[in-house]
Amino acid sequence: MEPSLIKDIALSDSGFIFNPVTGESFTVNPIGVGILNQLRLGKARQEILDQLVVEFQVDLEQAERDLMDFLNLLKHFRLVSSNE
Amino acid sequence: MTRKEYERPLIRKLETGMPGKFGMRNDLNPKTHIDEVAVSDLVRKYGSPLFVFSEETIVQTLNKAKRAFTTRYPRVQFAWSYKTNYLDSICRIFHREGAWAEVVSGFEYEKALNNQVDGKKIIFNGPDKSREDLQMAIKNDSLIHIDHLDELYELVDLAGELNSKPKVAIRINLDTGIYPQWDRFGFNLENGQAWDAINKIMHSGKLELTGLHCHIGTFISSTGAYGIAAAKLAQLAIDIRNKYKFAIKYLDLGGGFVSRNTLKGSYLPGPDVNPTFDDYAEAIATSLHNSGFETQELPLLILETGRALIDEAGYLISTVLANKRLASGSRSTVIDAGVNLLFTSFWYDHKILPAQPFSQYFEETLLCGPLCMNIDVIRNSINLPLLKKGERIVIFSTGAYNITQWMQFITMRPAVVLISSSGEPHVIRKREGRDNPGLMEQIPGFLELNK
Repeated sequence: MEPSLIKDIALSDSGFIFNPVTGESFTVNPIGVGILNQLRLGKARQEILDQLVVEFQVDLEQAERDLMDFLNLLKHFRLVSSNE
Repeated sequence: MTRKEYERPLIRKLETGMPGKFGMRNDLNPKTHIDEVAVSDLVRKYGSPLFVFSEETIVQTLNKAKRAFTTRYPRVQFAWSYKTNYLDSICRIFHREGAWAEVVSGFEYEKALNNQVDGKKIIFNGPDKSREDLQMAIKNDSLIHIDHLDELYELVDLAGELNSKPKVAIRINLDTGIYPQWDRFGFNLENGQAWDAINKIMHSGKLELTGLHCHIGTFISSTGAYGIAAAKLAQLAIDIRNKYKFAIKYLDLGGGFVSRNTLKGSYLPGPDVNPTFDDYAEAIATSLHNSGFETQELPLLILETGRALIDEAGYLISTVLANKRLASGSRSTVIDAGVNLLFTSFWYDHKILPAQPFSQYFEETLLCGPLCMNIDVIRNSINLPLLKKGERIVIFSTGAYNITQWMQFITMRPAVVLISSSGEPHVIRKREGRDNPGLMEQIPGFLELNK
């Protein structure tokens, strides 16, 4: 199951997110903004992971754990849906 | 290409409920050093978790307390409360700085003797003093504070047996307008028990009534209650003088002063609202000066405050073991120090800071200890930056009661380090090993295993 950002989510470069469907807003840190932008481009989990390891000083294991946690949180906040 | 510094991704929902009346600032600086010694060095050398005490803070705090009282009252004596922290090194700092010893068991009494406290400067409190303990205290001419009538009778008996006149005080419980009123220790003033005890002592002729003692409670933030207690003790001393033509030498107002910690459920942080030594001193000294004593006959004022003198000097360093996401979506961080080491986390929202630099992003976190027990929660909700496994945190104001009430449970008790005023760390209690829990065990023959 690959996560995909639900439609119409507004995301600013400074990390402000607005969900017009529920009226909820969120803040996200810069690395989170990058991940959300990749999700918007339709990137798969593994592609995002590879990108994180190239771009940041982090090993694959740590990045994988954190990405899994972040995606679960996005799901909890109903900002992503999972494609079969 | 240079890889950028990593921080785990974080998203936080913006709540639009009622804004807080007082915005709470997040501390933006890490606690990287304790008294100029790097936290990372301390952990590398002595392990984690680790209790650290600052000699400089102990001395400064005691001096602050002394200054508050001696500038308002002519005769003041502090007595170090052993049960608050009876590590010998800590006790010796207090004694070196002029504090007497206040003990509540034979074990603590012997500790004070081993710390070379003059027997005359040991105050022996508490409901549990064995006949042997009392004999020892009488022989050393210590100040025995009587808790109940059984003890009073035993002392009268021992005085005859030892042909000695023990110096005693009676512990008094009284109504100071606070709830709960402690009435399980000593003799009640309002219902006449205190006078019964005083009359018994005076009529026996075998005991020397030197003082009156009260201890109205613990973590008492109402300074007015101390003012009332001081006024009532002073009046009782004056009444004794009038009735028996006998001067009480000292009034012991006990302890119970607050530290800088924040009580759970408190709306504002402790450092913003808790009374200072000056506030307590003002209330107590004013009452004593306004009582009927002539200036030259003012009794010695003894204070047994423990928590307020040692809490801020103690830190607990701990290491992040894991980060988790709870079913509710909130974050939980597991550290290697649990409630078995930090008993006071049941009462306080301890201030906690990371020991390494962090970004401006914070997340509300449930901070748990390592015990496989649901109650092992250090902070139910604390705004913490994004901590990684292996990073350190420093828990503040842990100096009172943890070292005496900690328990070996699932994990071993850690080392305790004292940073001397010259900035040198010294181990004052070694880390327990895995053999320690079994040292006192014995195996009956029928459970012996074949070698």
